Amino acid sequence: MFTIIDLVQPNNLDEAYQILSDKRNNTILGGCAFLKMGKKRINTGVDLTNLKLSYIQERDNFIEIGAMTSLRELETHPLLKEYYNGVLPQSVRDIIGVQFRNGVTVGASVYSKYGFSDLITALLCLDTEVELFKAGRMPLADFLTMPKAKDILVRLWIKKTLRQAIYLSFRSSASDYSVLNVAVSKLDNHWTIAVGARPSKAAIAVSASAMLSQEVLTLEEIEEIAQKASEELSFGTNQRGTATYRKALCKALVKRGIMEVLPCKSN
Amino acid sequence: MQIELTINEKAVKWEVAFDELLADTLRSHGFLSIKTACDTSCCGLCTVWIDGKSRLSCSILSLQAHGKKITTIEGLPKEAEEFAQILSAEGAEQCGFCSPGFIMSVLAMKNELVNPSEEEIIHYLTGNLCRCTGYMGQLRAIKTFLGVA
Ligand SMILES: Cc1cc2nc3c(=O)[nH]c(=O)nc-3n(C[C@H](O)[C@H](O)[C@H](O)COP(=O)(O)OP(=O)(O)OC[C@H]3O[C@@H](n4cnc5c(N)ncnc54)[C@H](O)[C@@H]3O)c2cc1C
Ligand code: FES
Ligand code: FES
Repeated sequence: MFTIIDLVQPNNLDEAYQILSDKRNNTILGGCAFLKMGKKRINTGVDLTNLKLSYIQERDNFIEIGAMTSLRELETHPLLKEYYNGVLPQSVRDIIGVQFRNGVTVGASVYSKYGFSDLITALLCLDTEVELFKAGRMPLADFLTMPKAKDILVRLWIKKTLRQAIYLSFRSSASDYSVLNVAVSKLDNHWTIAVGARPSKAAIAVSASAMLSQEVLTLEEIEEIAQKASEELSFGTNQRGTATYRKALCKALVKRGIMEVLPCKSN
Repeated sequence: MQIELTINEKAVKWEVAFDELLADTLRSHGFLSIKTACDTSCCGLCTVWIDGKSRLSCSILSLQAHGKKITTIEGLPKEAEEFAQILSAEGAEQCGFCSPGFIMSVLAMKNELVNPSEEEIIHYLTGNLCRCTGYMGQLRAIKTFLGVA
């Protein structure tokens, strides 16, 4: 069980960041589901409830998602069902249960860079930017490779396009963590293949994605590209599966993903 | 620290510790329908409603419930009884330990989904564990309760 000595609910981000930086053990609180499983001794918990960061908003060129938005809101919001072939709702729907998703937050899910994350994989195949209070706005892929620094994830910006995407995860049993997960997207002829739960954090299969960007694809070519994705990414072993098993799953899921996105119209 | 909230339509002021979880606060104030059966947020036994939405009371700080409207099964005697009758008629209840949380989820589902299919029901109720039964009786009871085939 974690412990919290003091708790604040600041009314603006400057104050929240100030308190976060004051002491090493000061910690941002999201929904607290992950924190409560740990043994962290928190000096001051910084609760973001009063910052009005729970929202999904359509802008001219972006969809903006506040850090305190719950995964369930992401799953049920009409805008996200409509855009990108509903890939974001699809990616979170198997995480534990409804009551759980009503409580856990988008900000914590992305900031924590969990290797098993379903959401990060799906976001990575879209044109997603992360806005951090201190480090500013950057592409999600850059954020994922950046060294961990104390900061506040404020919101996500997803470029509004006709990008069509699909999310696939392989789970040993319902509501368990993914053994492997894959998101594939296409905008005109630009494809992105993202693979997560390798079990390390999600990454884009850059070469395989580039190989897809040709006019016509035969079944053999798709299989070859799926093979390429499984070769260019690295896989590891944990209780849920071996590296070899994950590599084989990667090939199968990437192939399935491509075949499902192929008939979708994105231009 | 003091929090103010509404519990089953009644306004209360409670003294809570900074790291106290809502499930513990509720039980300490006599809401014994709240059960906790895991420490990994995965069993659903501790389900209550916060501002009308089902939540795991084991996975939220009591302080984060400040100013909110909490509903436990004690606050829904009529609806809970109606469903519990159907549940027991289907023989879908054995020890009953999972029932309060499960019923709160079923009632939340009834408010949220219109004419759900079997697949939608199963998806909505994943994360509500029962160690005694095989879930089939519950599924029959839910279909009867919702009037879906
Ligand atoms: C039992 C269990 C099973 C899970 N299974 C899955 C799964 O299958 N797939 C999946 O994708 N996810 C899964 N998750 C992760 C879950 O979806 C959430 O991502 C996770 O619980 C964190 O969300 P939270 O709101 O509870 O964060 P918290 O527990 O409150 O915080 C987690 C961390 O994020 C930090 N933090 C919170 N908000 C911010 C912010 N805005 N800026 C900076 N730092 C912040 C906190 O300081 C803390 O270090 C699981 C979690 C649990 C507990
Ligand atoms: S006690 Fe198991 S989910 Fe809350
Ligand atoms: S009836 Fe015993 S746990 Fe469900």
